[in-house]
This record gives sequence, structure tokens and C-alpha cells, in this order.
Amino acid sequence: MSVRTLPLLFLNLGGEMLYILDQRLRAQNIPGDKARKVLNDIISTMFNRKFMEELFKPQELYSKKALRTVYDRLAHASIMRLNQASMDKHSALYTTDAIKGFIQDSPNILHQVDETFQQLTEIYGGLSAGEFQLIRQTLLIFFQDLHIRVSIFLKDKVQNSNGRFVLPVSGPLPWGTKVPGLIRTFNNKGEEVKKAEFKHGGSYVAAPKEGSFELYGDRVLKLGTNMYSVNRPVETHMSGASENLAAQTQESIAPNPLAKEELNLLARLIGGMEIKKPSGPEPGFRLNLFTTDEEEEQAALTRPEELFYEAINIQATQDQQTNEELARIMGEFEILDQPRRSASKGDDLLAMMDEL
Amino acid sequence: MFRRERSIPLRGSAAALCNNLSVLQLPVGNLTHFGVVHGPSAQLLSAAPEGVPLAQRQLQAQEGAGVSPPLITQVHWCVLPFRVLLVLTSHRGIQMYESDGSVMVYWHALDAGDSSLVQAVFARGIAASGHFICVGMWSGRVLVFDIPAKGPNIVLSEELAGHQTPVTDIATEPAQGQLDCKPLENRDCVADMVTADDSGLLCVWRSGSEFKLLTRIPGFGVPCPSVQLWQGTIAAGYGNGQVRLYEASTGTLHVQIDAHARAICALDLAPEVGKLLSAAEDTFVHIWKLSRSPEGGYIEVEHCHGECVPDTQVCGARFCDPSGSSFAVTGYDLAEILRFSSM
Repeated sequence: MSVRTLPLLFLNLGGEMLYILDQRLRAQNIPGDKARKVLNDIISTMFNRKFMEELFKPQELYSKKALRTVYDRLAHASIMRLNQASMDKHSALYTTDAIKGFIQDSPNILHQVDETFQQLTEIYGGLSAGEFQLIRQTLLIFFQDLHIRVSIFLKDKVQNSNGRFVLPVSGPLPWGTKVPGLIRTFNNKGEEVKKAEFKHGGSYVAAPKEGSFELYGDRVLKLGTNMYSVNRPVETHMSGASENLAAQTQESIAPNPLAKEELNLLARLIGGMEIKKPSGPEPGFRLNLFTTDEEEEQAALTRPEELFYEAINIQATQDQQTNEELARIMGEFEILDQPRRSASKGDDLLAMMDEL
Repeated sequence: MFRRERSIPLRGSAAALCNNLSVLQLPVGNLTHFGVVHGPSAQLLSAAPEGVPLAQRQLQAQEGAGVSPPLITQVHWCVLPFRVLLVLTSHRGIQMYESDGSVMVYWHALDAGDSSLVQAVFARGIAASGHFICVGMWSGRVLVFDIPAKGPNIVLSEELAGHQTPVTDIATEPAQGQLDCKPLENRDCVADMVTADDSGLLCVWRSGSEFKLLTRIPGFGVPCPSVQLWQGTIAAGYGNGQVRLYEASTGTLHVQIDAHARAICALDLAPEVGKLLSAAEDTFVHIWKLSRSPEGGYIEVEHCHGECVPDTQVCGARFCDPSGSSFAVTGYDLAEILRFSSM
């Protein structure tokens, strides 16, 4: 599989997470300055230079379990829709545009994001269509067999009730693809000798222009933009969320011999993150990613026991309790490992967690 | 007109690879074998004419050096003069089995020596040519294996250099095609194999104890994931949804079809009647009739049928009989093989 997949996956999922956080913060009427601080803190952590350096190193994409630890609840609400390889390039850029929108008042963080953007264009700008196709196939492996239904997707008719995504047979074509229907015949000299049409069954239109890859530009596509930016009525309940969680965990729960490697990846990534200390006495607040507290409890109850870890509450400040919880979670992973493996790597992991 | 037949359930869903369906038609007993890649495993199953599944088997990619479990890139049956072998390519190497997948007869580990850390290392693109099996590589090289009439004494006979980017697919003339070929002045130049790669480049070869590169057909900026060869006509499907037909001996472009709205993922041939099947991620499968014009012998094509497989990101498609009256389709994340037959 492609060794260039992790940054795209992380940045896209991170971007999706920010859209969701932004929507939840507004839905729960968190005061504007607090909301901005939450997003600023998360974004500056995500785009921290050391963290980004680790992320951009060529490496294989580890299993869902490792990334799930970082994004936890995110998996319920963010399934990436992947179209043609060229659209993925744009999608990563568009998410970056939105992130810049969140932090427009903070020049330092903006600079971090721009630097990451430069790195993105450097690495991915030079890749061929074939390499992007491989990245895309690698990403699709990551999402294979997860049939999680998302209420906003169901509402927008982007997803069917059986979990499958709608693939429309109309609309704009990718840049470089012609409208299907034409058969052209040439002779030995390369001159066109016949032109015929056939009925192709869809109803497509050519792309108006190519999207921009510049730092600021017209992206043309909507992929990667915030679905929550359209006003919608507040959902009264999340349909099917709890059954889907159970279905999702039916994949193999057997101890993964690679868990050690994955935890080390996690440690490197998290270890590279700088956590800012709070500047003054600021009360933290708890953000609920479900629509109501009852749903959150319900989800916690129906979560299968095999999933060893508990809900991680996102807080605007770091405190001792959270660190202890994180260390305990890491310690629980430790139990899954094969007994013959040496304990030294695990100790390093816990030690690093304690320093956070 | 085609109608949907009963689907065949799969144990694992199909992975989003190109050419992700192989079909072996066995005239004896009227059985059809299907092979689909799930990810780290591939599923083989055999079915009776009505689609009733009879037997199934899962094959795993052979472990080798590396951290994560290896992924399979393709599974394909190779019909040779005296035997049929099942070939499986992965990110570790090439595995060859007896046709029912029961016994592995050969394992070739990939040598990642030449690759930089940034490149993915894998084998992809499988075809039988006479008593040879040819397999493509991430480096662009094509390995040629000499297969004995029976037994495991398989030997790597040649390594072909023609491509600089990863090989995507390989096609060879179906055996009966060569008999019906128009006689050419110089038999030494009969093209009987074509290889394709991620840059869209096609290389046309003549097989033999030493394979000879006859001509190259340059790409135009998009990958060519799938290619077929029939009676001197090359059919190539591209990442921009186009199907192009070339004269194999000269490399001249004769037909350009704006066939699909998304990247083409599979092409297949029904050699008895010269039918071509194209499938793409736009959810459509199209069937075309290839022919040669009575005056001049130029390649011509006519559209026969289009089928929409709703909300399915098609990743594999094959005819299920040599006359092209039925075909099967796989889709990303779909745990069944969809079947269609003409009414």
C-alpha cells in the first residue's frame, strides 16, 4: 500500500473533526471566545511543527485501532467520501481553507497551517495520478466494511439507509474527463473518418475549470467543505447509531500483534504534540459529541466490552485527571500484548504519556 | 437486454482495486469459478449455472519482511496449454497455486532492494502467454515464468524492461484468436502480449523463449488500469474514462471512445464474438462489439449495451461465458458478486 497516506487521512479526519466540534459548540451555545479558544488550541496542536514532521515521514498506514484512539467519537460521524484521485487533492486543500477560516484572528497558528500547506503541496503536488490512485485505494481499505450511517448524510440523501453512499449518475465531471457518448474512428494517417454517438445512461456536464492548488484560490469543488454550514433543524435522535457501533466492532477483536507498533506510532505522534499550559484560571467545560446526554449514556452502555477504553472528554484545559485517565487507557492496551514481548517499549510509552 | 440474476454472496467485501474479479469457465460440469480480492485475503468460489455457490476457499497473502499484514493486489487464473494455475500477487510477492487453490506450487518473494523508502513495493498484472506466466511489478519490470506441464518446477526465465512506472495490467491473445488472424507478412512480428502501466504507457510484445518488444504506445497523463488484446486489436481503458483501440502491430490509434464518466477499472473480452466489456467507477458497465471493416480491415466498434449498477463503485467485471451472453460485476465494499445475463 502507499506510504504517503497517513497525512491525508489525518488532516482530512482532523478537518472533519473540527467541523463537528464547531457545530457542537454552536449547538450547545458555548460562548464565542471559549469556542474560538477550543478550536485554536486544537488546530495549533494538530499543526504543530514537530507533530507534522513525524506525520509526513513515509510510513505505512496502521490499522483502524491506532487512529481510533486519537479520534474516538470522530469515527461515528465522519466517513470520508472519496471520489477520483484528483478530487482528493482538492479535498485536503478545501479542509485547510476552512481551518484557516476558524483561526483567522491568530497569525501564529495561521503561519503553522500555511507551513503545513506548503509541505502538502510539495509532497503531493509532485505525485502522479497513478500514485494518487494507490493512495486512494489504501485509504479505501481503511474504510472498508464500516457501514456506519450518519444522520446528516442520510438527511442530505448522500447515504442510503443501508449505509451505502449514493453515487449520482449526473453532475459535473472531473477535470480532464469528457462527457461520455462519443465514438471517434481514425484511419492509418490519424485523420478522423467517422464520428458516432451512443447512449451512455447518465447525465453529466463537463467541469467548468480546474480547481486551484494555490495557497488561496477558487477550488471549484465542494468536497471537503463544511456540511454543517447550511442551517438545519436540530436532530431529535441519532437513528441507528447504537446498533452500528455494535456492528462495527464485530470485526476481529483478537489481540493485534502489531498493537505495540501502533502504540509507538501513537506515542511518537502525541509525543510530538506540544500541549499549551493554561495562562490563567480558566474553568474547563465538557463537550458532548452526541446530541443529548442521554444518547451519550446510551452509546456508552451499548459499547461492547471488548473496546477497553472509555469516552474521552475534550476539555479546553489540561488537568491532572485527564493525564491520569490517558495513562490508564494506555496501560489497558498493555494487557493485550503478547507476553513474550519485552516490557521496555511499553514503559517508554507510559513514561511519555505521563509527561503530557 | 440483460437481466439481473441471483447474486453470489462473498465472505469478505471486495477491495477497491482495479481488475478485481477473475472468472474461470470450466466447460466440464458447467461450473464457473470466481476469484475476488478482499484485502489481505482473496476468496475463491465455484458456482453452478444458476449462481448457486458450491464451494469456497480463502487464500492469504504470504507473510514476508514488513510490519503490517500484506495486501493482495490481484488474483487471476492462467490457462496454459496443459494446466491451469491460479496466481496471486501481493505487496510481498507472487504466489502460484493449482487451479482450485488447494496447493501452492510456487512462491516468488519481491526484492525491494531498488526501491526508495517512499515507493510502495508490489506485484500486479498477471497473464498467461503460451507456457509462460507474466507478472508485472511496481518497478515497471515484467517477470516471465516458464511453467512446466505439471509439477512445481517453475523457473523465472526472463525479466522484461519496458516500463518505468508500476505495471497495472497485462493482456495476451486468447489462443483461438491467433488461428483466425489475418496472415501477416512477417510472422516474427505477431504481437501477442501487451503490458500497461500507471503512466498510461502500453508496451506491445511478441512472446517466445525471448520476448521481443515490438512497439510502444505512449500515455497522455492518466493511468491505464486495464488492457485487452484480440485479433491484433488492443483495447485500453484509461483513468479519464476513455477506451482506446489500437492496431497492435503498428501502435496506431484507430478508435477513441468517451465511454465513462470516471476511471475505468476493468475490461474483459468474449473472444468467440469479439465483444468487449468496460466497467468504471461511474457505476456503469458497457458492452461493445469489435470488428474489422470489410474494406481496408480497419478496427470498428459499436455500442451494444449499457448497464447501471446503482450506487456501486465497480472494481471488477468479467464475461462468464465465451459468447458474452452473461457477465459478473464486483463493487468496492460489496460482499456479493452481481450477475447479469441476456434475455
